[in-house]
Amino acid sequence: MIQISWHDILSALPALWRGAIVSLQITLVALIVGIILGCLLALLRLSSSKPLAMVATAYVTIFRSIPLVMVLLWFYLIAPQFLKALLHLPPNIDVRLASAFVAFSLFEAAYYAEIIRAGIQSVGRGQLNAGLALGLSYLQTVQFVILPQAIRVVTPLLVTQAIILLQDTSLVYVIGLADFFRMAVNIGDRDGTTIDMILFVGACYFAVCGILSAIVKLLQAKTSR
Amino acid sequence: MSYQWDWGILFSPVATGEGSTYFDWLLSGFTVTLVLTLCTWVGATVIGVTLGVFRTVPNPACTVATSTYVAIFRNVPLIVQLFTWYFVVPEILPSAAGDWLKSFSPFNQFFACSLVCLSLFTSARICEQVRSAIDAIPVGQYNAGLAIGLTRFQVYRHVLLPVGFRIIVPPLTSEFVSVSKNSAVASTIGLAELSAQAQHLVDYTAHSYEAFIAVTAGYMIINLLTIILMRQVEKAVRIPGYLGAKG
Repeated sequence: MIQISWHDILSALPALWRGAIVSLQITLVALIVGIILGCLLALLRLSSSKPLAMVATAYVTIFRSIPLVMVLLWFYLIAPQFLKALLHLPPNIDVRLASAFVAFSLFEAAYYAEIIRAGIQSVGRGQLNAGLALGLSYLQTVQFVILPQAIRVVTPLLVTQAIILLQDTSLVYVIGLADFFRMAVNIGDRDGTTIDMILFVGACYFAVCGILSAIVKLLQAKTSR
Repeated sequence: MSYQWDWGILFSPVATGEGSTYFDWLLSGFTVTLVLTLCTWVGATVIGVTLGVFRTVPNPACTVATSTYVAIFRNVPLIVQLFTWYFVVPEILPSAAGDWLKSFSPFNQFFACSLVCLSLFTSARICEQVRSAIDAIPVGQYNAGLAIGLTRFQVYRHVLLPVGFRIIVPPLTSEFVSVSKNSAVASTIGLAELSAQAQHLVDYTAHSYEAFIAVTAGYMIINLLTIILMRQVEKAVRIPGYLGAKG
């Protein structure tokens, strides 16, 4: 058996915390932007306009068939050139965090769109007609009648997807961004404590995601009642 | 932005003088991803179905053991699991076993690690699908099986599993698609699979867009083949009278 060096882990905690902040930032940005974009995509997919529905379907299908690692590399490749050209940034500025935000937001939007679409389809057709009959506009009906009910139905799924998202942020390793995991690996390489660091990081993810999963179970029990 | 497109670059000889083209690199990456994906399907299905059955057996020890397994493999990110298999496990093992693992060629070590990691990771998900499929079968079928004198093993073998296997085909399809996508993570420990070849090509040719488009298309081909294959399976084993079955 190996001995976990708690001393090394304790001294690494401040740096690990900085990494954890990066992971949480990516998760939060992707969660918020992803859900908003996901709602839009879901509505487009269900709209009566054929071209709009096709565009949304193509978007969702393409993003869901590419590995996240490739999406991250794509945006790491494209976003820097694009952002620098757009904003006239100096060529050596670090845009890895920005490209991670963009990549995760667009990627998660495809997954959230599917979840929200399922939610919208679970709302009875009569609700839309009732809203329109009351004199609400289409957008008002969607905003005040359909979406609140749809989101409530799929809340457990949205939280489950957020847990997956939190875990997936560790993949920013491939673009060299120092999130929680990459930070731990870097410290492990520097101090020769790779084993301690990997086990510690795994335990942290397990604790956080385990608690969130338990919350999902409670939510499910609540909604199914 | 001006970018010089040159798809011919894929078919030009590599700069390392190996006598192959860049397309051959892509093809070898494609093959590695494909073989890894297929092997993972087999490993994950065997382990996942076994665990899924034990998850439904009314025995507290079985329930605790399998739900702990699922919780661990579902709540730790894939890349952390992969690094654990690659960096931590050989050190924790007795030194003789660790040395034996390290005696393999790097490629075999990368491949074996990725295969074990992906199989166990995916098996936890398949376990849950098998459990919900078996739970979806009316309990009366189980009781009826016992009532006509079958043992519990026989009930699983002849009643629950034949139905359960057919119910899980659609969710299994999306799990199988995920396997090839998840296999891209293996590039982080050095396995020269498809996404690793994309970065390899960018380093050598500076034609990043062509390389990335070709690799992205490679993943789409694998996923499309998976979906077509599983749709055939679904059609072949579909139970008449169930939702989604025609006639």
